[in-house]
Formats: sequence, structure tokens, C-alpha cells
Amino acid sequence: MPDAASSPAKPDPILPGTPGPGAIEIRRFNFFYGAKQALFDITLSLLERQVTAFIGPSGCGKSTLLRSINRMNDLVDGIRHGGDITVGGRSIFDPTLEVISLRKRVGMVFQKSNPFPKSIYENVIYSLRVAGQNDRKVLDRVVEESLQAAALWEEVKDRLEESALGLSGGQQQRLCIARAIANSPEILLMDEPCSALDPIATAKIEELIEQLKQTFTIVIVTHNMQQASRVSDFTAFMYLGKLIEVDTTERIFTNPSIQQTEEYITGRFG
Amino acid sequence: MGLGIGLLMVTALLYVILSNGLSVFWPNRIAEITLAPGSAARIGDSDRLAGEVRMRRVKRVPGRSEEITRELQFFVGNRDAYGFGFRFVDASDVAATAYPAGLAMITRLEYGPAIGYLVSLAAGEDAPVPADDPRFQGELQRLTREFADRRREIERIEKAAIGPLSARKEQLRLAARSAAWDGKDPDPAAAAAIAAEIAKIEDNYATLAEQAGALRALQAKAKLTYRLPTGAERTMVLGGVVDVFAPNRMGFGERCVRFAGNIKGFLTESPREANTEGGVFPAIFGTFVMTLLMSVAVVPFGVVAAIYLREYARQGPVVRAVRIAVNNLAGVPSIVFGVFGLGFFVYFVGGTLDSLLFADRLPTPTFGTGGVLWAALTLALMTVPVVIVATEEAVAAVPRGAREGSLACGASKWQTIQRIVLPAAVPGIITGMILAMARGAGEVAPLMLVGVVKLAPTLPLDTVAPFLHFDRKFMHLGFHIYDLGFQSPDSEAAKPMVFATTLLLILLVICLNMGAILLRERLRRRYQTAAF
Repeated sequence: MPDAASSPAKPDPILPGTPGPGAIEIRRFNFFYGAKQALFDITLSLLERQVTAFIGPSGCGKSTLLRSINRMNDLVDGIRHGGDITVGGRSIFDPTLEVISLRKRVGMVFQKSNPFPKSIYENVIYSLRVAGQNDRKVLDRVVEESLQAAALWEEVKDRLEESALGLSGGQQQRLCIARAIANSPEILLMDEPCSALDPIATAKIEELIEQLKQTFTIVIVTHNMQQASRVSDFTAFMYLGKLIEVDTTERIFTNPSIQQTEEYITGRFG
Repeated sequence: MGLGIGLLMVTALLYVILSNGLSVFWPNRIAEITLAPGSAARIGDSDRLAGEVRMRRVKRVPGRSEEITRELQFFVGNRDAYGFGFRFVDASDVAATAYPAGLAMITRLEYGPAIGYLVSLAAGEDAPVPADDPRFQGELQRLTREFADRRREIERIEKAAIGPLSARKEQLRLAARSAAWDGKDPDPAAAAAIAAEIAKIEDNYATLAEQAGALRALQAKAKLTYRLPTGAERTMVLGGVVDVFAPNRMGFGERCVRFAGNIKGFLTESPREANTEGGVFPAIFGTFVMTLLMSVAVVPFGVVAAIYLREYARQGPVVRAVRIAVNNLAGVPSIVFGVFGLGFFVYFVGGTLDSLLFADRLPTPTFGTGGVLWAALTLALMTVPVVIVATEEAVAAVPRGAREGSLACGASKWQTIQRIVLPAAVPGIITGMILAMARGAGEVAPLMLVGVVKLAPTLPLDTVAPFLHFDRKFMHLGFHIYDLGFQSPDSEAAKPMVFATTLLLILLVICLNMGAILLRERLRRRYQTAAF
């Protein structure tokens, strides 16, 4: 794992001190799909080992912002960006930085669970396999650790060789979380991870997020206001591609400083 | 409505092919008819005529269209005696019909089957055993089996033993020739060694040829005498007899056994008599090897092209043009591919290969003439659009979530394609492959230019090194049909074979398609439960 603290990144003039490897800095970030601007001048610091929730109405750009952090938007044709995002103090747009090594440090969980049509075991260690790790001992250990961390181990430990597609929706999503953390990243991006799940499965995932934040910086996009208030330490409210307000979750939900935020949170629009 | 008509026509076509194709193998009864005096159908001055009824039809006499008579077509056999194999008889000329139990069908190596009454069997110098002797049947069966075994032995000597010797001799001859061509004074010791080996081979050859000759002489030792329905007696050597049976005496069970045996023979034997008799094994084998080679060539090429077009190429006017070109390629008449294959593969690539690697054999071409490799490559070129289109669709159908999941795990684009996209696209790729195979297996026109022949002396795959002979010409079921139906000296005699071969080719293509569908369904079930 390339450690950002020891990497030759320039010290950040804006932030005091050296940022930890899991900290994310978004500075004056603009983003375009072709001619259409999706994000406007976003500046935001995401702290290490804290859960930050992005909330806002559909189409406000929160997923775009999330997917910018591990450069998942590279897959889309005709995109442009301005400004910068740093992870652990290093710009993710640095031409000398390989996008693959970035994605190894920034795991991602998607809205729809997307296990591969392989065994549970192979799903978990996918990131290690593509990195060329074939030592059975290491793989076995990672599978157990990751599945335990994703609170799935007890349910699947006897059927690791079975297809992952036989799991329930909630189990599949937890498997995807196990897969995302198997490579021991510093950051975990979650794009509406519970939107396709029932309340019980959602509760399990939320509990899991609570535990995972001991180890990872978590960024979560959610439509669910209660969820944001339950799991996150910080909340950023976005609207029409602009960052309206960011503060501790407690303040955003009890005493937001901008009226728009309050209206959205109380359900008067959005 | 249109669909109904279409289905009806397809069903009718299949029925015609099925019934005609299968009836070839059924041992029909042989009728012996007595002709009315003055009938035009008389053979010589006999009023008897015996044969299988092959067709009944309405006959219209020109100029007297109101007068309708029926006529029967008999397969009378005995082409050596009569000079023809089929006879039309007006139904009104038939005075009496009988099915005598003694009438026998003698299938032979030459002149097609003979139909007649068995008279006697003479083995060696022994006195002939007459047909009414109780020993006759047993003796006939024993001898036919013995002679058939010996025929196979002769064939084995000539093909399996003498073949490799000739190949080795040819090699040595070429080595000697190229040594002489080099101009520098040839190594006398090497030349002597070559000469010695050639002499040894010729020795071996002479021994084997002698063996074969002796066996051949034995084949003429026994003689079978039979009487034609028209009266004359004929005698033939037993070596030329393949089988003797009396269809009128057979029960249903025996007929079924013979039916199955005929089908087996059709599938496993080599053709005889300008392909109108015997089996089609070399054609099945040639079709199989060619189709396999074609798939080996077309699948990697098509898949790589599709992945490049879909995953790597920058989507724009160029890629769009390439895609249109690929689709149009599928519509190019196949003969055009044949001409291209002849010009490019055979003359250009093959000619170059010959001048580089097989110069010592020139002017006899090795690869500079049609062969199974060039045929397979030509068909691969013709069917590559099918594979490209199928693969592209399959690759495009892989859900975005799966790709993103893989990329988010730190996999590179190629790793994602290799581990996620391709496995999920395999059912589609296989579909494309089988469609290509089905089309390639049924194609004839281009093959006629690049390597198919009426009768190939050797198979493209055998036990002589290097086992797979890319340069050999081969036989093909589709071409076999064309050849039998339209190039045969006796097209009437070949007609049953045309139906049987057509049936076989259709079955082959149906099997390939069914295989594709089953395989795809199985793979699809494996991959599609994914809740992407």
C-alpha cells in the first residue's frame, strides 16, 4: 500500500499539518458532462475516519462527486473537470498517479449490489487476484477477515465455494462491502448502498458502517434523511450541482444555517 | 397466414427429404412382372422383368392429352448385362406381378447391384455347390465374410502400409534432388545413403505389392453364378460381391436389421462407383475437419475484433464505417469469397509458402493449390461477421455494474474484460460460433474453388506424420450432393444418395444449431441469476 504520508506529495498550503492517508480534499471542483456542467466550484474537506453523508435531491450531483473521488467517471465519454481532489494529500489527477493504485486505496460500494458470477470466496478476493496475489494462505485470511468485518462470515462460512448470486439482496450488498475492504483501502465510497434493501438489511448495513468507520474514511450518498442522521458525523447538502452547506450532522439536522437546507431536511422541497 | 404457409412448406420439405432419404436404406421387395406381349419395356426378347418399384407416376402421351395412363419406374439393376439400371413400364403392360422368394439382390463393387436367382457357388477347384443344396446358404455367407475380410486386408496394405513408404520415398527423392540442385559437389556418402534407403523402400514396396497381388488373386478364386430374370446365366468372381440377400424372403425384423446396417454402412464407408454407391464417410470427415479448422480460425479473430471495436476503439465515424463494412461483409455472395480465397490464400500465400519452403517439390504445388487449410480460412473470412456481431452484442449486454465493480476493485481494463466481461459474454460468443459453423458447414460454392474434390484418396487427418495435413484436398457433404445430383454419369442411380446425403447435411446443421441453443441456455442460466 503506497502510504501517502511518505509519498512525495507537496504539503497542502490550505490545510494545517500533514493530512492523513484517508483524508480527502476537494478544492474548487467543477465537473462537466460534455457541455453540461454537473458540479459547480465545490470545496470540501472530508476528515479521516469519519462518516460524511452527501444529501440532496435527485440529480444534484452527489453521485457524480462521489464517483469523482475514485475517478469512476473516467468511464464516461466526453467528461471534463476543473479544480482538484486530493486523497491523502496527493492529487488524484496527477498524471504520474495510476488510476488503478488510486482505486486500490478507495474502495467503492454501489447502489445495486453487483457481485460477480463467481463463488463467494472469489468475489471477496477479486481485488487481490487482479493484483496478482495467489498465496492461498493470504487469501484465506483475507476472506475471513473481510467477511467478518462485513458481518457476513457467520452466514456464509460453510458455503464459500457456492455462487455469490445465491445470496439474498442484503447479503449480496454486504459481500460487496467485504469485497471493497478486502484490499484494505483507506476510504470507502458508498453510493446509496441501502436503496435496494429492506429495513432489516438496511439496519445491518448501518450497524456495519458504524464499525467500519473505526478503520475507514467513509463517504456515503443517501436519499434517506434518517439514515444520514443516524450514520454520519458530517453531512453535506448539495443542490443543483452546488454545495449549499456542510457541517456536523447534528447541526445540519437541528440548526442549519441556510434556509434551503432546512427546507429540504424538513421535507418542504426536494 | 404467411407464417403458416412458411411452416407448412418447411415441414413438407423436411418430410420429402426425410422419407426419400430414409427409404434409400430400407430393403424393398423385388417384384417380378410378366409383360404383356408387344410391350416396349421388354429387355431383349424376354417378357420378364424384375426390380424394385422406385416411382409411380401419371404419363401423358404428347398430342393425346386426354388419354391418361400410369407408369412405373423399376430399378432393374444388372447394369453390366442390360446397359441401363432403370426401366419405365406402362401400368397397362403389366400382365402379372409376383414376388418370388428366390430373387436375390447382389450388391457389388462395380456396376451397381445385380438382381437375379442364385444358381451355384464354386470355391477354388471344388465342384460348384448348387443353390438348392442345403450347404449353399452357409457356404455363401462364410465365403462373403471371408472375402470381405480379405478386401479390407488388401485395402490396409495398400493404404496404411504402402502409403507411408511412398511418402518416405518421395521425401528422399526430394532430398536427393535438392542436394543435386545446390550445385556444390554433393556428399557422395549422403547420396549413397539415400540411394540405399530408396532401394530398401523399393524392396519393401515390392514385398507388400506381391502380398497384395497374391490376396487379390485369391479374391478371384471363388465364383458366384446367378440367373438373370430375363433368362441368361452370369458368373462373377466372389471378390466383387459385397453382399447377397433375398429381400422377398425377409421378415420385418430382418428388414430393420438390414436398414440399420445400411445406415451404418452409409455413415462409415467410402464411396464407390463414382460416389453413387457405398458410404459418405470421407465427406462427413472432411466436412467435420474443415468446419473445426474454420472455427479455430474464426472465433479468436472475431472475438478479438469485436472486443477492440466495442471496448477499445474510439467510437466515431471510423468505427461506425468499420461496423457497417463488417455487416455488409455478411451479405457478400459466398462465391466472391471463394474467388478471393483462391487469389489470396491459394495463389498468393500458398504460392509464396511453396517457393520458400517447398521449392524442391515445384512445379508440383504443395500449398499453392486448394486444400483444407485454405478452404477453412476462406470460410472463416466469410463467417467472421457473424462472430463479430454476436460477440459485440454479448459484450455490450454485460451489465455496467459488473464492469464498474471490477474497476472499483483496482482491476485494469484488460483484467476486467478478461475476468468479468468475457466470461459473461461466452454464451453469446458460442452462439455466434455455432451460427458460423452451421453456415460454414453448409457452404459449397467457395469450397469448389479452394480445395474440395469429388473423391479424395486420403483423409485430411490420419496416422501418418504430421497427422493433420493442411495441404490435402478433401471431400465435403455439400459438394457431394452437388456432385451426385448433377455431375454423376447415372443421375437416376444417384438420386437416392442425393436425398440421403441431403438428409445427413440437414441433420448435421440442425444438430449444430440445437447444440448452440442448449449450450447457450445452460450458460445463460449460470450467469443470468445475477441481480445486477
